[in-house]
Order: sequence, then C-alpha cells, then structure tokens
Amino acid sequence: MPDVCANLVIKQFFTFAEPPHELVLESGERLGPVTLAYETMGTLTPDRDNAILVVHALTGDSHVAGCYTKEDARPGWWEIMVGPGKAIDTERYFVICANVLGGCMGSTGPSSLNPVTGHPYGLAFPLLTIGDMVTAQKALIDHLGISRLLAVVGGSVGGMQVLAWCARYPEMVRAAIPLATTPRHSAQSIAFNEVARQAIMADPHWREGDYYGEGAKPDLGLAVARMIGHITYLSNESMRKKFGRQLKSRDALSFHFDAGFEVESYLRYQGNKFVERFDANSFLYLTKAADYFDLDDYAATGLSGAEISFLVVAFTSDWLYPTEQSRTLVRYLKRSGLDVSFCEIESDWGHDAFLLPNERLHSLVAAFLSRIFREGSAENKAADGGGHAF
Amino acid sequence: MRFDLQIIASLIEPGSRVLDLGCGEGELLQYLKEQKGVKATGIEKDEAEVAVCIGRGLSVLQGDFNLEVADYPPDSFDYIIISQTLQQVYEPVALINTLLAIGKKVIVSFPNFSHWRIRVQLLFAGYAPRSPELPYEWYDTPNIRVITLRDFRNFAREKGIAILREVAINTHRQQETGHIVHFLPNLRATYGIFLIGRADR
Repeated sequence: MPDVCANLVIKQFFTFAEPPHELVLESGERLGPVTLAYETMGTLTPDRDNAILVVHALTGDSHVAGCYTKEDARPGWWEIMVGPGKAIDTERYFVICANVLGGCMGSTGPSSLNPVTGHPYGLAFPLLTIGDMVTAQKALIDHLGISRLLAVVGGSVGGMQVLAWCARYPEMVRAAIPLATTPRHSAQSIAFNEVARQAIMADPHWREGDYYGEGAKPDLGLAVARMIGHITYLSNESMRKKFGRQLKSRDALSFHFDAGFEVESYLRYQGNKFVERFDANSFLYLTKAADYFDLDDYAATGLSGAEISFLVVAFTSDWLYPTEQSRTLVRYLKRSGLDVSFCEIESDWGHDAFLLPNERLHSLVAAFLSRIFREGSAENKAADGGGHAF
Repeated sequence: MRFDLQIIASLIEPGSRVLDLGCGEGELLQYLKEQKGVKATGIEKDEAEVAVCIGRGLSVLQGDFNLEVADYPPDSFDYIIISQTLQQVYEPVALINTLLAIGKKVIVSFPNFSHWRIRVQLLFAGYAPRSPELPYEWYDTPNIRVITLRDFRNFAREKGIAILREVAINTHRQQETGHIVHFLPNLRATYGIFLIGRADR
C-alpha cells in the first residue's frame, strides 16, 4: 500500500487536576481529574518560541492535520492550513491542538467516567464556559514547558477560545488569529443553538442525558441538531450553488416525504454521519458554553495594554457571525490600544469559509505569522545582545 | 516611491506612531517602518490592497476610515496621514477634528485646484478642468470637492488649526520626481502638503 501520508501524528493524553486539586470552573464547581487529548506537529525550538496553539471549533478535535498511520487516508480537519509548507508551516512552527474540555474525542466530557460513581457523567457533568476550556489548555501548555505562545489560532467557537486566551493569559500570547468569530453570540445564534439542543432533548432516547448504557442513543435528535448547524454554516448563495432546487435522481416531484431535494439529502447525510462521531451531551454542553461566551466578562481582567498582535478575519457571506460582529471586536481591540489587522474576505461559502481552501486566507495567515515570528526573533536577538553587553 | 510620499515621509520623526488613511498597498508605511522605525498602522477599504499590506508585514484594517478613526483613544498616534483623499471626504471638518484628537499631528495632502493649468482650462476652454492630478470626467469623478492651497490655509485659520509646515510641490501623479515650489505656490504647485496640529500646542 502506498504511503498516503508522510506526516505522522500521535494522539496523546495529558491528565491533571487530580483530586483534591480539581480544576475550579467559572461556575464555582470543581472538576477532576481532567484529561485533554492533544496532538503536536513540528519541532519546538530550544528557545521554545515557535509554538502555535490551534483551537478547534464546536465539534472539532485534536486531529488538526497529519495522519495516525501511513495508510490512514483520513485527513485532519485543517489539513489545508496546517502542515509542512502550509500557511501554519510545521517545518517552522510547533503546532499544538487539543480536544476541548467537554468534548468527546478523548478529552474529559459528559461521556467520560465520573470517578465518583464509576458511570459516565451525563448531566452530572458541570456546565462549562469557553474560559474553562482555555484554563484547561493553559495547564497543557504549562505542562509542555511553553511560557509564551507565538500565536493562538482558531475559527468560530475556536475564535472565542482565542479571545479568552488573550484576555485571561495576555502575557502568554504573542499573537492571535480569531477567524469568522464573534465577541459574543447574538440572540439569533443562541436561538439556533437552543433549537438544536431542544431537538436532542426531545429525542426519547436522550433520557435526561443518561443514555450511555446499552440501547439506543438520541441519534435522531443529534442528527437534527447537526442539520440546523449545517444550515447556519452555509449561505443562501452557497446553497443555491451547491443544490439549488435540484432533485435527487428523479426528474419529477416524488409526492412523498423522502429526501427528494438534493439539499434534504445533504442535510440527512451530514446528520447521520455526525452521530457516528459525536456525543449528544457534549453537543449540549459545548453549544451552551458558546452561548455563555461574552468577551466583556473576560476583558476586565486583561487585554488593555496587552502586547498581542491580532489578525481578525471575517467572510462576507457568513451570516452566523456576520462581519459586523468582527468589526465590533476590532473596535474593542483598537480602543484597548492593541495592534490589530482586519480583513473581510469576499466569499460565497458562508461561515464554513474559514475551513475551505481560500488563497487569500492562507496567504494572510502565512504572512502575519511570518511577521510575528520575525519580530519575535529580532526581540530575542536584541535581548541576547543586551545580555552580552559586558 | 512617489515624490509626494517622499515629502510626507520627510516630515515624520523616526520611531513615531503613524496611521495612514487610505494606505493602498502600504508603500509609504513600509518605507516608514523600515527606514524610520515607526509603528505603522493603515486603514484601507480595498480587500486586495489590505491583503498586500498584511503580506508586507504591516498592521492594516479593512474599512472606511471615516468610520474607523472614531474608535481610537485620544493621542493614539503621533502622525496621521491623509494623502490625496481629502477631496473625497464627505465631512472633512468632522474628520480633521477627530484626527487631531486621536493624533498629535496630521499630514494632509491634496491636488491643488488653483494650479495655473486648471485656471487656464476653465477660463479659455470653458469645460470642467481635467489635469493629470484630477483626471476624471464630471460624471465619474470620486472627488466631491475641490481644494486650493489658499482655501486650506483659510480653513485652518477659521477652525483654529495650526499649520506647522506647508510644502507646495510640483510633481505629476505617480511620479517619483518633482520639486518644491517656493514662488507663487498657489499658482504653480500641483499638490499641497500640510502638517497641521492643534492650535493650543
């Protein structure tokens, strides 16, 4: 079998916050032990100054790029952005990506075993915030011996984590790239999430979150939740281009409730595919954390006067987090006296655009990171020069 | 670099904080960053030009500078450059007042509408003047007002704005050469460049 992939990665696990030193969450609840699943690519420099933390969006995982085995054809979720010679160049940078706290891809979440009961947490799992996810990531970064990240990069809910990083640990972040994100959910975004949650909770197999034993899971509800998500990730224009009113394999209307239209079939396919890899309770917790996020809650503690350079990017057809919300963020950063670049990229592909091939996005990210890396090296040299002055 | 931009660059102290409104592809900002070690920021409307700027390692915001300037704290910049754009601004008084709040000094440049060639065109040919500096037809011009050096001096006096330097130059659009006009500038200069500040300074 030919080598499909030359960039092998290993999913690793870091466990911390063992009782009695549990992680104290924003809600005041305590959680421990906590495990984060994470992957790294590239090599950390001896100065440990080339680390980039990539944070994933709502339903992503630690597998940002590369493959687990040489025959493994499944790419990472941001293969086009991360890798040797890519915009986030792993020949230059040491890239870290961890599954979020509350997730279901190896990190502690509602489907993990509750050490107190020996059963999965289910709804006994405490409600989380974006800030809590970042606190957990910070423990991992400390564990890796990195005192300052060259950059934190992420889109959508990942972008919220980028912002929470900057507000909570400004001294640990040299640069930030929040993509297609928002400083806070609009009522509309919360509304979509709530409908998605209700779809899960209305599924009789959900059983108040206690479905981990034998028997059926709330797959139907989770699939509908995913369908709602997919509608918000696309745009009117991208749906028109992708599907229009095209029928699935027939020329005439079928006059029954099968997936007659291409768009129906697409949504059903996406929904069914999703339930194979995702936990319904995790979906509830993660969407709630996204709804709770408000940069103002964190900003009082940091940001103003922080030495962080920002590259904020929005996409014209993103109606989940429209450009105006990125502009609100930019305005806030300017008022805080921070160095910020902003670009609104013309794209028909809606919110999803940040995950799709986009020459402009890739060149912006590559150039911005190069600049930050260059400036960092220059600073280090200047500092070294000062040290050797005698 | 264009001659007018060279003159603007010469007015800027090394190591200062500079904001360039309508910075295009960032040629001036890059020069200032590399040659004078300034902390350079730009605002530009055009996505492709913003991308070029960021590609050059500059900090640039995509947006309408008339709106974007409102969000900076006072004295965020030592110099704000508004080069060959004032004739397209809807509310120049409000804009300049804002600029003098968020920046200590402002460098304004514009094509001089009282250049003799323009006067002659209107006087003898009788059509709306077109010049290499203002090459548009009446129906496709982005320029909504015309300014002369004398107009700008009067404006500054009326509004209590201090003119710290005035450089009248004779150069053509996009040209790298030109010269400073000392004699009869309002008649002979193609562009005016003004360094202005708050009157109380």
